[in-house]
Amino acid sequence: MTEQTPVVTGRFGAESSDTYDGYTRTGGYEGLRAALEMSPDQIIDMVKAAGLRGRGGAGFPTGVKWGFIPRERKPTYLVCNADEGEPGTFKDRELMERDPHQLIEGIAIASYAIEAAQAYIYCRGEFAFAGRQLERAIAEAYDQGILGKRVAGSDYSLDVILHRGAGAYICGEETALLESLEGKRGQPRLRPPFPATNGLYDQPTVVNNVETLSTVPHIIKNGADWFKQWGTEKSPGTKMFCVSGDVERPGNYEGPLGMPVREVIDGFAGGVKGGKKLKAFTPGGSSTPLLTAAHLDAGMDFESIAAAGSLLGTGAIIVLAEDACMVRATYRFMKFYEHESCGKCTPCREGCFWLSQVLHRIENGSGRSEDMKLLTDVSNNIFGRSFCAFGDGAVSPVLSSVKYFADEYTEHIAKKGCPFER
Amino acid sequence: MTSRGTQVRVASPVPARPPLSVDTLAAMQKLMGRYPRPRSALLPMLYLVQAEHGFVSREGMKEVGKLLGLSAAEIAAVATFYTMFKRRPCGTWLLSVCTNVSCDLAGGTKIYRRLKEALGAETEETTADGLFTVEEVECLGACDGAPVLQVNYENYEHVTEDLALSLIESLRAGNVPQPTRGERPKESNAVSRRLSSVEAKP
Ligand SMILES: Cc1cc2nc3c(=O)[nH]c(=O)nc-3n(C[C@H](O)[C@H](O)[C@H](O)COP(=O)(O)O)c2cc1C
Ligand code: FES
Repeated sequence: MTEQTPVVTGRFGAESSDTYDGYTRTGGYEGLRAALEMSPDQIIDMVKAAGLRGRGGAGFPTGVKWGFIPRERKPTYLVCNADEGEPGTFKDRELMERDPHQLIEGIAIASYAIEAAQAYIYCRGEFAFAGRQLERAIAEAYDQGILGKRVAGSDYSLDVILHRGAGAYICGEETALLESLEGKRGQPRLRPPFPATNGLYDQPTVVNNVETLSTVPHIIKNGADWFKQWGTEKSPGTKMFCVSGDVERPGNYEGPLGMPVREVIDGFAGGVKGGKKLKAFTPGGSSTPLLTAAHLDAGMDFESIAAAGSLLGTGAIIVLAEDACMVRATYRFMKFYEHESCGKCTPCREGCFWLSQVLHRIENGSGRSEDMKLLTDVSNNIFGRSFCAFGDGAVSPVLSSVKYFADEYTEHIAKKGCPFER
Repeated sequence: MTSRGTQVRVASPVPARPPLSVDTLAAMQKLMGRYPRPRSALLPMLYLVQAEHGFVSREGMKEVGKLLGLSAAEIAAVATFYTMFKRRPCGTWLLSVCTNVSCDLAGGTKIYRRLKEALGAETEETTADGLFTVEEVECLGACDGAPVLQVNYENYEHVTEDLALSLIESLRAGNVPQPTRGERPKESNAVSRRLSSVEAKP
């Protein structure tokens, strides 16, 4: 078994780590106290120096994002993206359930750095337990003088408002999230302008992921060099990897960025279930192109996974064993995108529906010889042509499975049905 | 969200609902005051409508519209976008079965079919005794516990077909089993109220 490198997951085993007492007993809120002694610019410089990159999927440098916030336009807002919905991803939920104060501390530091007096946590509605944990922790933080007027005894004041979503994957996309938070349908906005200048209520806004913000207190407390002892030059630090599907021990595991996929799957998650062979995996959730056994030596960092032809995304590894049907899995992924397409732009709204229909007929024995070309054509008409990044994600499983598993498609079509027993 | 491709069923007419209580209206005012712009409270307010009426009723949407200065159509356009806002009454227990890939690999789709069969209910249909509504849902962000079944949004993880069936038997008998984490699921109106975050600080 490979040892983990617990940073954000460091308190997962500790007793009552989800309470204020448990949190402060283990060094909690020390990062915030240190931050309040620094200037906002010093904090931003430190996060830049640490090289922290967003854990919500795109990997944008966090300190750089904070640095985009104009100092002269107030109010500014911090929004925590806790809408985790990317299939295969379950890290933010566990972070909120088990260590909600760590997130609150990260939010307070980030808000102070961008001089925001208000922060919002947009928490996925279906995460009932995580939402309650946050609600309780926020109340504790107010009672303990961590939030509200004079944060931790300083001159700085901050309100943190918990806001539950109501069931829509697209609200994880940051501009759709802002629309939703303004009480509208969760449909993405045209960019530019970006949220950094025109975000919530058209004011300068930073949107950051739960894991990103949960990492911040550790950087402030321990320094940029400490953080950079792990990971690669361009992807420093540790990251949570969500491993699920056909593995022996599904779960969240934290390790240095850049560690080989093989070690995550075998060393952390106990390998493919039942000793079977691995057929395919997503490196970063269903919106990242599938990879195969040939890519198991790739490093789990932004650059190496890109070089292998996919994206690190959320670091969610869904493993499919040799006896899993790739057409069925691709169809199921596509059904998700069909259902979740917000309907705003035509390529995505129509294309996802169409792809789902074609995949359904192949899996169910009515596939036609021209269907693989059709899948590719429709996908290419969505990729790069939709209003937001949802469309690119939606066609990832299709294009990658057609690329690596063309045989399975042909076999379905020739045999008029699914050749797999499972 | 686009509705095409999902099943559209003609069900019993949506019942009319009485005016919202003074209590609910006060809670709505509180929520509107929490944000720099009152409209931000719209989703929370719709949860409060659902908490009182059992679903997002037309009457409730109208009242919310009045408070926010929006038309009924504008409110409905928002309400229909989100899957957790129900357009008609649901059972006491909403059973949400995840069938996305990690759960499907572990038998999620079979569990979903078996539950529908056992309840004699189709997708999003409520059983005649008013106890259960079953729905197929997307990844619940708990794939390490696949397959996942939620009862009023509390997780029952690593379920099997048999466990799922015994779960509904228990609920029928009035025993609510302990979920994988957190508290036993509460009855749906209380859940909706909680989701409005009206009790949250500040
Ligand atoms: C379709 C779509 C869904 C997304 N869902 C999420 C999500 O659930 N959580 C999240 O943090 N980021 C999500 N993102 C990424 C956000 O748009 C945004 O990049 C991120 O929240 C920024 O935070 P970070 O810089 O800390 O990663 C999504 C993006 C797209 C295009
Ligand atoms: S696939 Fe079912 S919880 Fe993620």
